[in-house]
Amino acid sequence: MIHVNTKINGDDVEFLCDPRETLLDALRDKLGLTGSKEGCGTGDCGACSVTMDGRLVCSCLVLGAEADGKEIGTVEGMAEGENLHILQEKFIEHAALQCGICTPGILVATKSLLEKHPEPTETQVRYWLAGNLCRCTGYDKIIRAVMETAADLRKAS
Amino acid sequence: MAFDDTKTEDFKVVGQRVKRPDGVDKVTGKAKFGADAVAPGMLFAAIVRSPHAHARIVKIDTSKAEALSGVKGIVTRADFATGLTGGDLDVLENVMAGEKALYDGHAVAAVAATSQLIARDAAKLVEVEYEVLPHVTDVDKAMAADAPVIREGAADQSVPEGMHANVVRYHESGHGDIEAGFAEADLVVEDSFKTEATHQGYIEPHACLAQLGGDNKGELWCCTQGHWNVQKLCAAMLGLETSQLRVTASEIGGGFGGKTAVFIEPVALALSRKTSRPVKLVMSRSEVFRATGPTASTSMDIKIGMKKDGTITAGQGTFRLQGGAFPGAPMEFTAMCAFAPYNLQNVKQVGYDVMANRPKQAAYRAPGSPMAAFAVESVIDELCKKLGLDPIEVRLKNASKQGTKASFGPTWDRIGLVETLEAAQSHPHYSAPLKEGQGRGISCGFWFNHGGETSVTLALSEDGTAQLSVGTPDIGGSRASMAQMAAEELGIPYENIRTTIADTATLGYNEVSHGSRVTYASGLATIKAARAAVKILCARAAAKWGIDEDAVVWENGCAKPSGPNAGEFDPLPIDKLTRSMGRTGGPIVGHFEATPEGAGVSFATHIVDAEVDKETGQTKVVRYTVVQDAGKAINPAYVEGQFQGGAAQGIGWALNEEYIYGEDGRLQNSVFLDYRIPVASDLPMIDTVIVEVPNPGHPYGVRGVGETSICPPLAAIANAVSNAAGVRLKELPMSPPRILAALEDQANNG
Repeated sequence: MIHVNTKINGDDVEFLCDPRETLLDALRDKLGLTGSKEGCGTGDCGACSVTMDGRLVCSCLVLGAEADGKEIGTVEGMAEGENLHILQEKFIEHAALQCGICTPGILVATKSLLEKHPEPTETQVRYWLAGNLCRCTGYDKIIRAVMETAADLRKAS
Repeated sequence: MAFDDTKTEDFKVVGQRVKRPDGVDKVTGKAKFGADAVAPGMLFAAIVRSPHAHARIVKIDTSKAEALSGVKGIVTRADFATGLTGGDLDVLENVMAGEKALYDGHAVAAVAATSQLIARDAAKLVEVEYEVLPHVTDVDKAMAADAPVIREGAADQSVPEGMHANVVRYHESGHGDIEAGFAEADLVVEDSFKTEATHQGYIEPHACLAQLGGDNKGELWCCTQGHWNVQKLCAAMLGLETSQLRVTASEIGGGFGGKTAVFIEPVALALSRKTSRPVKLVMSRSEVFRATGPTASTSMDIKIGMKKDGTITAGQGTFRLQGGAFPGAPMEFTAMCAFAPYNLQNVKQVGYDVMANRPKQAAYRAPGSPMAAFAVESVIDELCKKLGLDPIEVRLKNASKQGTKASFGPTWDRIGLVETLEAAQSHPHYSAPLKEGQGRGISCGFWFNHGGETSVTLALSEDGTAQLSVGTPDIGGSRASMAQMAAEELGIPYENIRTTIADTATLGYNEVSHGSRVTYASGLATIKAARAAVKILCARAAAKWGIDEDAVVWENGCAKPSGPNAGEFDPLPIDKLTRSMGRTGGPIVGHFEATPEGAGVSFATHIVDAEVDKETGQTKVVRYTVVQDAGKAINPAYVEGQFQGGAAQGIGWALNEEYIYGEDGRLQNSVFLDYRIPVASDLPMIDTVIVEVPNPGHPYGVRGVGETSICPPLAAIANAVSNAAGVRLKELPMSPPRILAALEDQANNG
């Protein structure tokens, strides 16, 4: 077992994990952070998207041990207390989720997009999210929610 | 308002784009899906699967696996009930192989251990000795005289004599005189089509957490479209009394029909019984592809006759569906849906249910219908092209209407096909100019929709809010629409209703969330349960006022005298009545149980523009419009979502998705990288038009909307691609290699 010291959503966290264990499994099974989902386990669906030192990654492709000394951001860290992140608000408002299993990964990925590209075009949003599969919505309402969030954030800043 | 009245106007909550009640949980990661549950002392499980398409199981040696530290128990077929017959035996055979493994991925044993990694390691140590048998995976080859027999004696009495043993069911329907019809035609087109199997592709793999004691009392948590069905089937597989197994449906991460069956749930229960510990079992994506239910693959022959003015004189279809190693391919649905949009004097359809060495097919959104539309609507398009006719005009000319006899027997009630065609015709998309290399296609589509067994309870709280318990898992926002209908009836704010998906121990039986039935059937039951509660509220007010119950009406959340003759009393709001309910007769609860049979059928017309790169064979959908009859849209945002989702799945099916089997009978593309569903950058925005032709069988006119949206896309895209590429594509998916082959074939043969 490997002893891992890491920071998750701003909190210091330590856990023991098998050298073969993924970060996703460590988050879900060791730390009870089940907001990140496993849709494929092969890095194709993006349901397990988290940030590691600010970089968007599939946590199913990262080993738990690799989190040592890093800062991890998950969907559980998006809202501040009772206050939802504006992306979370917009997704509910736009009906941008149906079953909701892909939603945590898409929100984490989208937050990362808007931090890097505050004025994305529709094409940019579509290609940024091409690694996040949604089987319910056809993406239409997701794209609209993201575009409107970006516009609102620009107005606010 | 009386118990059975319909309501078609002056809606206050219904028709609004309200925020779904489970929204916050789902955007914050709090919502608990199948794999998100834990229990103290829980074990993790893994399944051992056959690597062979068809093999006799000679011996299973579990000794090495059992010796691994952390392994707590192993089950094989011997740990399940014996003596099952019919459909139950088929389910068990699929859940855990008996004498033979029937497809690549078929479960043969399962292990429970103290960690997921140990369980997977142990599964690799289970030694299975196989005697490999000849296999077949293609539908036409499975019907040929020299095909290996999947299972002797599986055919029922409907199958004509002389067919191969793999043909297990037969269907025939229609009316009129086909030959006379073809003789009347100015042009007859006849062609053959094939479609590969596709998977529902829900993003959440099957997952469950089971606890079953030696006393045969159990608890099961799982992601399913119908937990009463899971309860019934698992009880049979394990030899339990149904009521001793309580099943709770988790949040469900997509299903589209694929989570109407059981696969891992009986296995987890068997492991739990064997180890006396809770057992969690979660499928990998590869297991989902290999061992759950994809669609049937098809092979179809279509012949249609048309007059120069566009009148269809006769239609004939033969539909061969391969449904895996068990009976059940939905060939009768394929046959019945094929010509359903059209008013035909002469029509005949024949279906064959064919077994092959593939996983047992499961329902996928309007099971069987999209393939039929692909074949039939492609031939209609060819006829229009050859006769120089507008495809929408021709469909309008032949469209089914109220009172016409459907191709499969019944006479249509009020239906909305003509309205969808007219809306498509007047939509700017239909007349927009196309660019070089682009083609436009249209298609109609049909689905029956379904009612089914339904139980709903609505309990009022002291403060005048309401707890609504329904038994149909919420797969796409149905808790919102249920709460909207309850709020409409009670006259209270939408936010004052809390909708819960009740477990099997707390409501009467509820059929699976399938057949586009939830908003229709659970919605109807919700309205009637609310009306039953309102009736009690009115009675309490009447008693308080000392007037007759019939002299009280319910308006805007208040009991009121029905008119001046009833007496002069101030309105009594709901919370005043509920606060005193303990003293005025006890708790106020409305409930409704029935098997409603008035699910209105639904039609759609889709318009699509596609661009084909003739050098690479790549197709891009550049514009898409869905027009569909929803009867009455309770929550338009989620109705649009169903339209868009069905179109997107249809685009994947049409252009890219397919099960690819090797010569060895093994599935070659069991990960999302190789089985590529549409991603955001593959699709355009998907425009929607909600047509509302009320269903006479629902108090508000609701028709199910979930499934019809996947019926037209395959055909509409095939028609668009054929117009863009200048060559007719007759096999799905229309992947780049198939398009290039069709172009080359045309260049060589003219």
